[in-house]
Amino acid sequence: MSRAVLAAFRSHWRGHPGQLVTLLLGLALATALWSAVQAINAEARASYDAATALLEPEDRPTLAAKDGRAIPIETYVALRRAGWSVSAVLDGRARLGAARVTVMGVDMLTTPALPPDLTEYGEEIAPVDLFSPPGIVFVGPETADRIGADLEGPTLRVSEAVPEGVALMDIAVAARILETPGALSRLFVLPDQVLDRVELVAIAPDLEEVAGPLHNDADTGRLTDSFHLNLTAFGLLSFGVGLFIVNGTIGLAYEQRRPMLRTLRALGVPLRRLAGLLAVELTVLAIVAGLLGIGLGYLVAAFLLPDVAATLRGLYGAEVSGSLQLRPGWVAAGLGMTLVGTAVASVQSFWRLANLPVLSATAPRGWARAAARTARWQMMAGLGLVALGALAIALFDGLLAGFAFLGGLLMGSALLLPPILNGVLRFAERRAKGPMAEWVWADMRAQVPGLSLALMALLLAMAANIGVGTMVSSFRLTFTGWLDQRLASDLYISTEGADETAEVRRFLAPRVAGIVPIRSAETEIAGRPARIYGVVDDAIYRENWPLLAAEAGAWDRIVSGRAVLINEQLHRQNGIAVGAEVALAPGWVLPVVGVYSDYGNPHGQAIVGLEALLAVFPGIPDRQLGVRLAEGVDRAALEADLRAEVDLLPEAVVDQSDIKAVSLEVFDKTFLVTGAFNVLTLAVAGFAMFTALLTLWTMRLPQVAPVWALGQTRRDLARLDLVRSLSLAGLTFSVSVPLGLALAWALLAVVNVEAFGWRLPMFLFPLDWLRLGLLALLAGGLAAAIPARRLMHVAPARLLRVFADDR
Amino acid sequence: MIGIDARGLLRLRVWTISFAAPRLDGTRERPSLPRMILRIRDLKKTYPGSDETRPVLDGVSLDIGPGETLALTGESGSGKSTLLHLTAGLDGFDEGEITVGGTALSGLDDAGRAALRRNQVALVFQQFNLIPSLSVAQNLAFQARLEGQEDPDWTSAIAERLGIHRLGGRYPEEISGGQAQRVAIGRALAVKPTLLLADEPTGNLDEENSRAVLDLMLDLVADVGSALLLATHSTAVAERLGQRAHLSRGRLT
Repeated sequence: MSRAVLAAFRSHWRGHPGQLVTLLLGLALATALWSAVQAINAEARASYDAATALLEPEDRPTLAAKDGRAIPIETYVALRRAGWSVSAVLDGRARLGAARVTVMGVDMLTTPALPPDLTEYGEEIAPVDLFSPPGIVFVGPETADRIGADLEGPTLRVSEAVPEGVALMDIAVAARILETPGALSRLFVLPDQVLDRVELVAIAPDLEEVAGPLHNDADTGRLTDSFHLNLTAFGLLSFGVGLFIVNGTIGLAYEQRRPMLRTLRALGVPLRRLAGLLAVELTVLAIVAGLLGIGLGYLVAAFLLPDVAATLRGLYGAEVSGSLQLRPGWVAAGLGMTLVGTAVASVQSFWRLANLPVLSATAPRGWARAAARTARWQMMAGLGLVALGALAIALFDGLLAGFAFLGGLLMGSALLLPPILNGVLRFAERRAKGPMAEWVWADMRAQVPGLSLALMALLLAMAANIGVGTMVSSFRLTFTGWLDQRLASDLYISTEGADETAEVRRFLAPRVAGIVPIRSAETEIAGRPARIYGVVDDAIYRENWPLLAAEAGAWDRIVSGRAVLINEQLHRQNGIAVGAEVALAPGWVLPVVGVYSDYGNPHGQAIVGLEALLAVFPGIPDRQLGVRLAEGVDRAALEADLRAEVDLLPEAVVDQSDIKAVSLEVFDKTFLVTGAFNVLTLAVAGFAMFTALLTLWTMRLPQVAPVWALGQTRRDLARLDLVRSLSLAGLTFSVSVPLGLALAWALLAVVNVEAFGWRLPMFLFPLDWLRLGLLALLAGGLAAAIPARRLMHVAPARLLRVFADDR
Repeated sequence: MIGIDARGLLRLRVWTISFAAPRLDGTRERPSLPRMILRIRDLKKTYPGSDETRPVLDGVSLDIGPGETLALTGESGSGKSTLLHLTAGLDGFDEGEITVGGTALSGLDDAGRAALRRNQVALVFQQFNLIPSLSVAQNLAFQARLEGQEDPDWTSAIAERLGIHRLGGRYPEEISGGQAQRVAIGRALAVKPTLLLADEPTGNLDEENSRAVLDLMLDLVADVGSALLLATHSTAVAERLGQRAHLSRGRLT
């Protein structure tokens, strides 16, 4: 019996190959976007884990200075002599060739941190070469590419075992590169310890034993988490949009096969068997589509990963490999999501099958009628979801509440779309003059249930486009203005040390409008890593620094060392307001007189008077200057003269415009992936519309055949079908604009604040909406073009069959 | 016996007297009612893919004048429905000629045939006549309104006579098959056609409704000088019409 029933199922797909392709493609596209995001996230996590395993092994006890400063090499020697089996580590950030990398200096002979795979050079490298000048540096292949061929000094060796962004070397080589001879960052405690070793406190009272990661950069971790959460949210949205297609296609496939299912039931096939075989059929289709989708997802992820890696490196300093591996985790997750998604999307069809009356007459518009019956529930559910989302944001703080609001708003609005369209079309029908106009509106209303899922998908995609587009464009506008204010100096000069700085000052003082030192110290404010900048009294700050809030006379109090300015991140995420007092270092507390915007920085930051800063941190190097040029000064000539006078490094003088260009490049790269997903989601939604219209085409014939028989040409009817599709796309676009703006508000005012610590003003970009509106019309037009063309050329005999078919 | 109300009849008479020909192409007035409303000569039709040695229609010729009625009988597959479809300009024919109200169909393109259906011909199919998205009232007046010929009094008189006057606000899916068929017939009559084509129009109706519908169609034909070509299996229905023709294997016998 099962074989006969399955043969009957197959016969349907043979007769409707387009439906089969639609179903498979819908599922595959949904899976593809989801899998792409999972693949990117999995690759990033694998990179983070590899770096953590090397730099901050969680299971290895470590000795570190209690005050967080460097450990003198003498302490290390004393520990070794006292029986402590420890291995020294020196790490930091430094420029190698053309790239800035994390330098990881270890004692190559004793360290337990050496990756086990780092044996490929074992025989050809003599141990002495590892630490004797020029030394050997091990890096990953992409890092080697970034460093380039012009590296002076150590020999570069490429190894897959070293995480990207890290340069692994002997501690002696690291000391030379970091210019910190005799200092160590920490000491790994090795597993084999002598039993009678001396207590730590007796040899090195300034050290303490810590377990787990020492440099737990929670902010960067949180930022990268936010980035991945954003990607996941987009992937989920894309998957949801894809599920709308699947749900619609399965629903239509069921509806079109209903007479066959009824006949099978009437011929004695038990309901349970029928449902079971349908489930088997769907599972097979889902697996095929899932595998196809995973393949597509791999391609999308491989295409996007280099940009994601560049974004994470540029914005957060987090290193991610730019090459993609097929990892079992995301492949299984993709396939699992496909199966779960198909199951969710087919629940309604199975419920209808269970309630299929064997002897009832066929209902030509059963699907539409069922949709009409559920319209009220759908409306209530939509309103409920929007209300729940609003409640979540009203009652709770945090990123999850923000996403709950977004989820409720988007899903609720999607559910509300069909009732809204129905109301608008009913109103238009009542105002229509003439029988054809009445029919067009009424027919459009009758079409809504069949197209509602595709239209919901289009709504979500367009709202996401408007929302994310508004956020990115608002951010860019704010960021550009902010850069103009913040980078007020014309040139930024780095020197080798205080002497060189003094030389530069002497040379430039009579030739430029102003010189300001850029000096800062690392500290901890409100329990998070922060950097304090010291400023001198200069108009450049008073006139340009972008303050969000400030007390009167703030700059006077800052330069006199009596107050502090904090960045927006400290203000929002640590709740430090203007007027509050904040501890900048042990025993150094100042009142906050202002808050300034500081986009792109994951850490806390503060500004105080330079003298006050140097009083607390006297050792801050004087190696950076901001230079304001007088009008009409030839910048290139000045730089050439300066270089002739002072022996500066090639990259020592940086033009303000270069920094701006690099900053904007990083910014644009950050949102490149978002933009790509935006376009892909829109494409999936357009495809949903196309497949729905194509599948509905055969169901359209009973609607149009009577009108044709009463004296309308097929060409006119096809034209009206096109107009109808354009109108529905246009109406959906109209709903998507306010929804997209609400989404933009939530992203700017809630999600950004929670994820990054800054709130951005919202700007409106009506031209972008117009472009999206035209795109929506284009999608509607293209989606309707093939069905309309088919209608225009449909054989009269096919239309006449409508009047004879027993449907 | 169901009668037509006086006002409806009056309007019917007035319309008959002042019968002005609708335009076919928008520039040419149709001449006064021709002697023959329907003239079919040597009509041949073969569907693509069917057995070419056996056309669906093979040399069919017939004439129907104003006020005349013709019952077309024949077994299933004999070509009755095809003859009606070709006459309405719904499909093209291979050979021969069909002339409706003096207009030869072979000379009309798709738009011309569509205009013919709007202006001169009304059709009643056995089933699925109605536009699902429009209410019964909208369906009833639809064809007449297409050319601005709607006469609300006349339409409501027909609706009352067909017993569907209380169904105006309902949709086709909310009424029975018999009711839907009466709405379709009402729509055809509301347009006061030159030629009324009906394919098993009473197939879905019970005996009493069937008789009433037939009475109305015959009254209209008699009163306005229309012609009626009706395909039916029912001998009883066929006997009510003025002429009868039997179609067998594509030929009239």
